[in-house]
Amino acid sequence: MTSIPILSVDNLSVEFRTRNGIVTALEDVSLHVEKGEVLGIVGESGSGKSVTAYTVMGLLDSAGYASNGNASYDGIPLTGADESTLRELRGREISMIFQNPRAALNPIRTVGKQIEDVLVLHAQATRTTAKTKAIEMLNMVKIVNPEQRYTNYPFELSGGMCQRVMIAIALACNPRLLIADEPTTGLDVTTQKATMDLVQELTRANKMSAVLITHDLGMAAAYCDRIVVMKKGRIVEEALVEDLFKRPKHPYTKKLIAASPGPNSTLAELTAISEEMETKNMVPVAPNFVETAGEIKGHRYLLEVIDLVKEFPQRNENTSILSWFNKNDEEESAFRAVDGISFTLKRGESLGLVGESGCGKSTTSSIITRLLDATSGDVIFDGENITTYPTDRFALLPQRAKIQMVFQDPTDSLNPRHRAFDTIAEPLKRLKKMRSEKEISVQVNELSAMVGLPVHLLARFPHQLSGGQKARVGIARAIAVDPLLLILDEPTSALDVSVQAVVLQLLDRLKRELGMSYIFVSHDLNVVRLLCENVIVMNKGKIIETGTADDVLRRPQEAYTQELVAAIPHLTFI
Amino acid sequence: MNTNSKLMIIIRRILHAVPSVIGIIIVTFVLTRALPGDPAVYFAGPAATAESIQEIREALGLDKAWPEQFWIYVSDLVVGNLGVSISTGFPVAEELARRLPASLELTLIALIFSISIAIPLGIAAATRPNSWVDQVCRLVVTAGVSLPVFFTGIFMIYIFYYILGIAPSPLGRLGIYFMSPPHVTGFYTIDALLVGDLEVFWAAFVQMIMPAITLGIFTLAPLARMTRASMIQVLSGDFIRTARASGLSRGTVLYKYAFQNALLPILTTLGMVFSFMLGSNVLVEKVFAWPGIGSFAIEALIVSDYVAVQGFVLAMAILYVILNLTIDIIYTLIDPRVGLDG
Amino acid sequence: MTEFFKHLKYVLLDNPITLIAGIMFLVIVVVAVMGSAIAPYDPLASNAALTLKAPSWQHWFGTDQLGRDVFSRVLVATRLDLVIAVSAVAISFIVGSFFGSLAGFFGGWWDLIVGRMADTIMAFPLFVLAMGIVAALGNTVENIVYATAIINLPFYARVARTEVNIRRNAGFVSAARLSGNSEIRILITQIFPNILPPMMVQISLNMGWAILNAAGLSFIGLGVRPPDAEWGIMVAEGTNFIVSGEWWLALFPGAALMLSVFCFNLMGDGLRDLVDPQQRT
Repeated sequence: MTSIPILSVDNLSVEFRTRNGIVTALEDVSLHVEKGEVLGIVGESGSGKSVTAYTVMGLLDSAGYASNGNASYDGIPLTGADESTLRELRGREISMIFQNPRAALNPIRTVGKQIEDVLVLHAQATRTTAKTKAIEMLNMVKIVNPEQRYTNYPFELSGGMCQRVMIAIALACNPRLLIADEPTTGLDVTTQKATMDLVQELTRANKMSAVLITHDLGMAAAYCDRIVVMKKGRIVEEALVEDLFKRPKHPYTKKLIAASPGPNSTLAELTAISEEMETKNMVPVAPNFVETAGEIKGHRYLLEVIDLVKEFPQRNENTSILSWFNKNDEEESAFRAVDGISFTLKRGESLGLVGESGCGKSTTSSIITRLLDATSGDVIFDGENITTYPTDRFALLPQRAKIQMVFQDPTDSLNPRHRAFDTIAEPLKRLKKMRSEKEISVQVNELSAMVGLPVHLLARFPHQLSGGQKARVGIARAIAVDPLLLILDEPTSALDVSVQAVVLQLLDRLKRELGMSYIFVSHDLNVVRLLCENVIVMNKGKIIETGTADDVLRRPQEAYTQELVAAIPHLTFI
Repeated sequence: MNTNSKLMIIIRRILHAVPSVIGIIIVTFVLTRALPGDPAVYFAGPAATAESIQEIREALGLDKAWPEQFWIYVSDLVVGNLGVSISTGFPVAEELARRLPASLELTLIALIFSISIAIPLGIAAATRPNSWVDQVCRLVVTAGVSLPVFFTGIFMIYIFYYILGIAPSPLGRLGIYFMSPPHVTGFYTIDALLVGDLEVFWAAFVQMIMPAITLGIFTLAPLARMTRASMIQVLSGDFIRTARASGLSRGTVLYKYAFQNALLPILTTLGMVFSFMLGSNVLVEKVFAWPGIGSFAIEALIVSDYVAVQGFVLAMAILYVILNLTIDIIYTLIDPRVGLDG
Repeated sequence: MTEFFKHLKYVLLDNPITLIAGIMFLVIVVVAVMGSAIAPYDPLASNAALTLKAPSWQHWFGTDQLGRDVFSRVLVATRLDLVIAVSAVAISFIVGSFFGSLAGFFGGWWDLIVGRMADTIMAFPLFVLAMGIVAALGNTVENIVYATAIINLPFYARVARTEVNIRRNAGFVSAARLSGNSEIRILITQIFPNILPPMMVQISLNMGWAILNAAGLSFIGLGVRPPDAEWGIMVAEGTNFIVSGEWWLALFPGAALMLSVFCFNLMGDGLRDLVDPQQRT
């Protein structure tokens, strides 16, 4: 006896009317979700996975429309249905949760009221019973102290809690299908796991079907029964989860799987597509570490960080005149982002700095790069204590050229009004004092070639470049002045996983060819392991654990590190 | 946020207004002392003799050092002494107080008119992009911002009074045949209603229509524009998508979720709108011969009655501070996030 | 340079409204520059025999109470009004964006002082403040310019401050520091080009408002004196004749006012498109 799939999408094509003509977002997409099943939709940016979900829910932007095909829920047609039918279904039968949970909640309405709105609308509660039910829902999503949280506003809750609230809203009326669109993007690794575990638990308990949309293959592997892979608006492969990862058929799927770093991947493998994947028991070839100690210059280490502390003053709103009205308010002490850390780095060494958001890793790297002043402590670079130079003067010193940085967000780190050529030429003009246009041009072209950026792209503005191309521009700029130390602050986290693979290989090659030392800041232990031989794990401003990357990843000693490692979703089948 | 901290924030807002008032007092003081030539001559007026100029000089303390002058100025202000108008001979404070209700009544009606059209228009335009409502909104906004307020006034008189004959003659607050109602608030409409005199009420109301609409059209534009822009911005927010995904009705999404959030920037714009309104008030009062503080100031300017002009500027500024404070407080009460970053 | 014109052409053709506004702007500028050269009659020449004549073929806009040709007066007034508006806006843009940028970038004392000064100006209803300034400084056209400039300052200061502030810690600013740029250099070469588009829109909208302001001041008798031709004063003189039905004295200068303000408001969007690299494809 075959049952109707709870969600059915048949030959769906979706187009958008834009300034530049009609853009096809989905082309002939067919998929289905069985009752009780969890389907994963996996793909990189631009794959159309979110558009599929929005079309199903009828939430497409007004410029978008289904040009062909249809979608239906338990036999009820969705495409072409009128708004009132869709509204009946939304929240009651099909629910959706989104990424960026805090932005997805009404900022000036209490969390409790937002849950009540849904309950009352779908007649799951009356105005009198709504409050009790809402608190019940908060309890169900494991929010501690639900009666108190009921009166909170979204800005008073953490990202993880906001996501739980959104789950509560979505599940309040007991729908049969839940669509989760990148629900954990922007959340910490440990919070991600907790959130996904909760979703899994609740959907199983209520016998719900679910669709999980994600770019993270590891997460898809951990939580889905069946997976659909999308690329540029088309479905390229569909299989049960185990089959997909053990025996991928489509080259794109293989590329994606290869590019997702796992505990056993090597750099070379990230872009390997063919049968080399089978030979997994090969000992991974370690990156070529240049073992020169700093003895050449008589200094043991290239970088020494000693008892570094950074405090940020808390903004106390009850200052001066009014503070004596509020004697009962506690004095909030300054916030310690970095709480006395020390470590060393040899020449040619690569060090990973790992931790979740708020752990102090970005603050530390900013201080080392001298973009920020320390509250106390020393940073000895190449034998010299550079913390003695104030931040605003450091830019003009010769030492500036020796420490450079690659930033996280390639879009934010390029001046929107400068061409790629000018961006790369900037440090050459300022730090190397190059004047001759010809000389500069030659250098920029060389750098461009080194990072694999086609020369004709140099004349473009950032908005005319792809994410990967912008990242290369940022790297070219950073290496332009031959720095001794390169700080990489999450350089690939904003990139698609296939692009990330290529950029990581580039970074490794540059390191070997130019003999730079790296500090690689990231939240992703798997990525860090590929480029760095040593790792420091930070939490709440302190160093929790240090060791070689392999040791920390495979044999974590401290409880926090163990929790961190356990929370990383990885491809368990490989 | 508990009510105690809300109260704290409101007190803070009120205290914040104090530097503004101090600034206003300083600026008005500087303005009058920055007069080219001998200020005493200006204050004495064009018909002054050498003796009266000297009298004025001593009376106003214009021969003293500046800090002392400032002290005199402030202490006079505190007791409500704004000097004596040379054109009417009455104390300036008295003149302003007598004429203020006329201006307030007009401004209030204009504001009500403005808001009741601007906001629904803005919301409708935002929810139906590129429809005819949207085009009408854009047209109204652009025209309203481009038309000089005195021009609109004049042409309304021409069309509705001269050509169509349906408007009363633009000669002030009441037609010639009516007596003003007994003074309670100074608002002719309210005072007439208080004694049950419907004829006078209607006469007063009808006189107000054209000037109020003239003033209202001018303020309609920025309000409608801001409402539309703010609604569009809010409607594209993530949380609206969540609300729709939960199946919330169109009305709930639009009003409970979208509009309440959109209200915040609109409130902020209201501050600017008040600035335009108080300024345009002067022009409208001239066109329609409305006996408010605006026309008082214009008459004072013509006869170089500087004391009166200074008093007028001061009064308008204080009024504006009070209006802004009210908006601030309303904003504080509506937005639970206020006080987050001080 | 050719790329600039290519982009100019694209912007103008893309949005017909921008094109219309552009053409109107050219017309206004041409009239302002040529002024009395193209006026058919002497704007100051009165003719007792021809007072208050309705528009006709000889006098397109009719004649006023002194027999002067209204059309000629409207044309000549263009220059005066435009010069007042342009000077006022130029002064407030330069001074306002300078201090606003410093306040937005360096914060601290700069922010406090600039903020206080802007707040003090904004504490007044702006037109009223202009009245007060002109009354205090003296009834001349120059003072109209200064008064208009002063009351517009806070807008530029605020926009500049906000725009600079949001970019102060952007990635590319940090990168510029890493490339060896001093703070001042960063403000000028990195940040300022990025805040130009919003400033451009502000300028265009402000021009419209500056014209209205100047006209309003002369309407109540400040600034321009008869017999000079200026739109506001012409409308003021025309007001007296509306109730007796001689509409042309006030309509034509008023319409000229409206059209110029309208034109500048439309140009605001077009200007932003021109300067914003996002529009370049």
